[in-house]
This record gives sequence, structure tokens and C-alpha cells, in this order.
Amino acid sequence: MNDIRTRVRIVRDSFDLDVDLTLPGRGVSALFGHSGSGKTTLLRVLAGLERAPGAYVALGDEVWQDDANKAFVPTHRRGVGYVFQEPSLFEHLDVRANLEFGRKRLPPAERRFELAPVTELLGIGHLLDQRPGTLSGGERQRAAIARTLLSSPRLLLMDEPLAALDLKRKLEILPYLERMHDELALPVVYVSHSADEVARLADHLVVLDGGRVAASGALAVTLARIDVAGSFEDDAGVMIETVVSGHDADGLSHLAFPGGTLFVAKRDAVMGSRIRCRIHARDVSLALEKPRASSITNILPATVETVGPGGAPGQVLVRMRIGETALLARITERSRRELDIVAGRAVWAQVKAVALLA
Amino acid sequence: MPLDSTDLAAIWLTLKLASVVTLLLLVIGTPLAWWLTRTRSPMKRVVGALVALPLVLPPTVIGFYLLLMMGPDGPLGRLTGALGLGTLAFTFTGLVIASVFYSLPFVVQPLQNAFEAIGPRPLEVAATLRASPWDTFWSVVVPLARPGFVTGAILGFAHTVGEFGVVLMIGGNIPDRTRVVSTQIYDHVEAMEYAQAHWLAGGMLVFSFVVLLLLYTLYPQSMRGANR
Repeated sequence: MNDIRTRVRIVRDSFDLDVDLTLPGRGVSALFGHSGSGKTTLLRVLAGLERAPGAYVALGDEVWQDDANKAFVPTHRRGVGYVFQEPSLFEHLDVRANLEFGRKRLPPAERRFELAPVTELLGIGHLLDQRPGTLSGGERQRAAIARTLLSSPRLLLMDEPLAALDLKRKLEILPYLERMHDELALPVVYVSHSADEVARLADHLVVLDGGRVAASGALAVTLARIDVAGSFEDDAGVMIETVVSGHDADGLSHLAFPGGTLFVAKRDAVMGSRIRCRIHARDVSLALEKPRASSITNILPATVETVGPGGAPGQVLVRMRIGETALLARITERSRRELDIVAGRAVWAQVKAVALLA
Repeated sequence: MPLDSTDLAAIWLTLKLASVVTLLLLVIGTPLAWWLTRTRSPMKRVVGALVALPLVLPPTVIGFYLLLMMGPDGPLGRLTGALGLGTLAFTFTGLVIASVFYSLPFVVQPLQNAFEAIGPRPLEVAATLRASPWDTFWSVVVPLARPGFVTGAILGFAHTVGEFGVVLMIGGNIPDRTRVVSTQIYDHVEAMEYAQAHWLAGGMLVFSFVVLLLLYTLYPQSMRGANR
């Protein structure tokens, strides 16, 4: 297995990181947390840019840092790619030379990407002869991502790489990042403080809180954990993997999941294709009887599992189960009391909005 | 031509001295400035202060101590004596060594400023793109610090051309060996040869002004480094 294992303990005046993690060796692992939660520091330790005393870092059976045995592999021999938060192109080189920087330091046999397809996919083919200073922020970051890909990393580390991009560019780059890791089994560790970005991109989710691992596990399972949902604040909500099961004459697509079906505005997707859906807790309301007079399309029978703090005063989060699938709802404490929402109660979940991801 | 052969010899020697010293200063000053930029050792302040000493000390003080060191009983003198090289005082080599010390801050400080301005990020980026530290230094640091190298070289050269006190202490004003323009001017003035002194002094004035003007035109940001 190519698991990424790390054990880090850093104690500083204002900062305290204590983490013991195993991340899957394929797919995208998201490190989610607020600023100061230690996610960037952890990423830097994985890259070897920060040498935390006593730390242990390994990719598969290759040990990168083991201070107990005086082992430390410097960054340039780890074969990691790192996309920094701000695009860090070399100002003394044009875009082409920037892109070639990592690639030409690799034996030809180990190069897995060609310049042309990568620049085309990131939309920077026309910028190759320009200096970084003449590029926009989005163009610079796309060039930086292309440069990292062209260095054929074995592990791709990304520190909020899309923070500097507008939504349109984000949506352009994300599918490429997804396809890249699907096709190459290239493990990615992705730092983000955007729950929606994580829900869209990650397979594995680690929630960091004050330098501690609050949760680590498969994305859908972790997003639905009521004990960590509070970390996502207003963005709390579940991710449901669905399969397109039909299209109807009303202009709706049917998305089946274990436990039910969601109806969404018609998607140009073939039957059987997989679609990730995101349902925010704030978009789910509860009723004790099936509402007969409602404009809401998605009303699903559910069973309450737990009730937890809602992250804001007067609010609670309710975790329900629809068949095998978990759903979160955020309601007011008063509604909870009046409807007597407790574990085991059968309710109707009214889903006001379903966001389709990819 | 108002300049006689001794004047021309002094000019030639001055240019030769300044060229050799500048070259040596780049070779010595680059690793020194890089170390000062990157180190977290407490020795950083000590070394930084030692390098900056010539900025504040009278040249005669530096010349005096170097003279003692190079003398037959000084540590450097004993070494060169044991190697069969004789003493370095009153030789061109001695002058070169003294000038390297005296002009060191004028090369190290612009380089250090330039290295510090690069910041750690480009080095980290290079490391994640598989460049070793040595590779990174040549392919990233040196090109990005080019203004510092140009500034340091020009200031080191110009300052060596302009030194007087150290030359007098170490060199002893021997024609063709240690007599440079600044000491030649002194001789002319002593001998009341004001016309010749004018030509050399005026030449130095114009040279220095043009060099600094060139520097500030090429790299306006170097004004800060030079005035530090």
C-alpha cells in the first residue's frame, strides 16, 4: 500500500499541533480546518519544508522522516509536488521555462506529462512566452499548477490552490484535478477551508481543530458526523453519491441513492452515471407528517438518529437516516422542542436545495 | 599629456588592484552573504558586525592591525615566511589582502540585501520541483539576486579605487608595486605639483560620479543598500 503516514507534534507559544494520521495512498485527502488549525504546517511537514523535531513521515514503505532513527529525506528527493496558496512563479523565467523547471530535472523515462496537453488543459498555452509579471492572478496559479504536474510528483500537496482563482476558473480546473487523480492513482493532499470545495473534490476528509484531528475518514461518512459538523458552520451538510436512474417528462432527473431518490432539474447525464450531491443542513427542514400542500419536490421519510449542537445559539443539528444514507438538518431549538425531535422518531425531511457536484 | 609615466603606472596599478579585489570579493562575499542570510546561528550578529567594521573604523586602524599581522612576527607573516613567500607588507599581494578586508562590507551588504529580498518561497518552490540546494542557488538565487551582484561589484570596485589610508599603511607607496592613484595624488600635493594633482583628482571625481550615477540609474533600489 502507498498510505501516507505521519506523526507530528509541534508545541510553540501560540500553536500546538499534535497529529497521528494515516491517509489513503490514492484519491484526494482533504485537510479541512480554520486558519490556525495547523493544516498548512502539516502539509509543510509532509513536503519536508518544515522539519518538525521528532516527527515521522512515510509514503508507503519509504520513510521520509523518522527522527528516532535520524532519517530525513530532503524535499527535493521526495518527489512531492507542492502548489502554494499564492502562485509562486519564478520571476526571472518566462512561463515556458517555469513549466520546464521541474520537468527537465527528471530523467525522460520518469516524465509522465507532456507540455502541450497540460498547458492546453489549464488554458495557458498562449502565455508560454510571457513573463510571470504580465499574467493575472488566475493565470499565474494555473501556470503554477501546470508546473507542478509537469514535475510528475508521486504525491501532490495543494495548499488552498484555488483561493486566488475566481469561481469560473475553479470549476474549470477541478474536473481536471479529479480526472488526473483517477487516471494516475496519484495521491493528493488538499488543504482547504471551504467545505463545498472539499465535498466536491475529496475522497477522504480530515477535520483539524486547534491542532488536533477532530475526525478522519471517508468523505461522506465524515461530513455526516454530527460531532464534527459544527466545524463547517453554515456549510454543514452531507455529500451523497447518487446514480442517474432516469429522466422524466417534467424536466427532472432522477438520482438514486441507497435509501431513496432525489429529483433535480434535468441534467445532461447518461443513465447510470455517478453524480455527487451536496445537501446543506440549512436547506433541510423537518415535518412530523408528510406535507401534502408543499412546493418542495424532495420530501423524504427519515428516522432521527441524534441531535447535536447547531454551531449557533438557538439552533440544533439533527442527524437522520434514510435507508443507508445519512442526512443532516439544521433547525431551531424551539422547533426541536415543539416537534419533540428525539432519537428514533420518524420524520419527513424537506430538502429545499440539492447542489450537484460534477 | 599632463600625466607622466608614474601617473599612468599608478592608474594601471589602481585598476589592476580594484579588478583583482572585486573578483576576490565576489568569490568570498557570495558564500558569506548567503550564510548571513540563511543562518539562524547567534554568530550571525558577530560576523555581521565584523564584516561591517570597515564602515566605521578609520582606515589607519585596519591598516595598522593588518600590518602587524603581515609583519615578520605576525601570524600571517609567520605563515607566509614558513611557506617561503617572505612578508606581504609593502607588496601588491599584501595590498590585495588588505583591500579585500577594507571593501568587504560594500560587496557583502548589497548581496545580503538581495538574498534577503528573495525570501524563502522561491527556494521552497525549487525544492518541490526537485532542485537540490546547490542547483537552486545557481538557477534561482543568483539570477534573482543579480542587482545585488552588480551593485556589490560596482561598489567594491569603486571603493577599492578610492581607498587611501589602508594603502598607505600596508603598501608604503612604492612605484609600480603599491603606488595607486590616491597615494600618487598625495605625492603630487606634497610636491606642490597642483596641475598633475588636479588631473588625477578630477579624474577620480568624474570616475566616482559616473560609476554611482550608472549604478543608481540601473538599479534605483541600490541607493538603500549603498547608504546602509
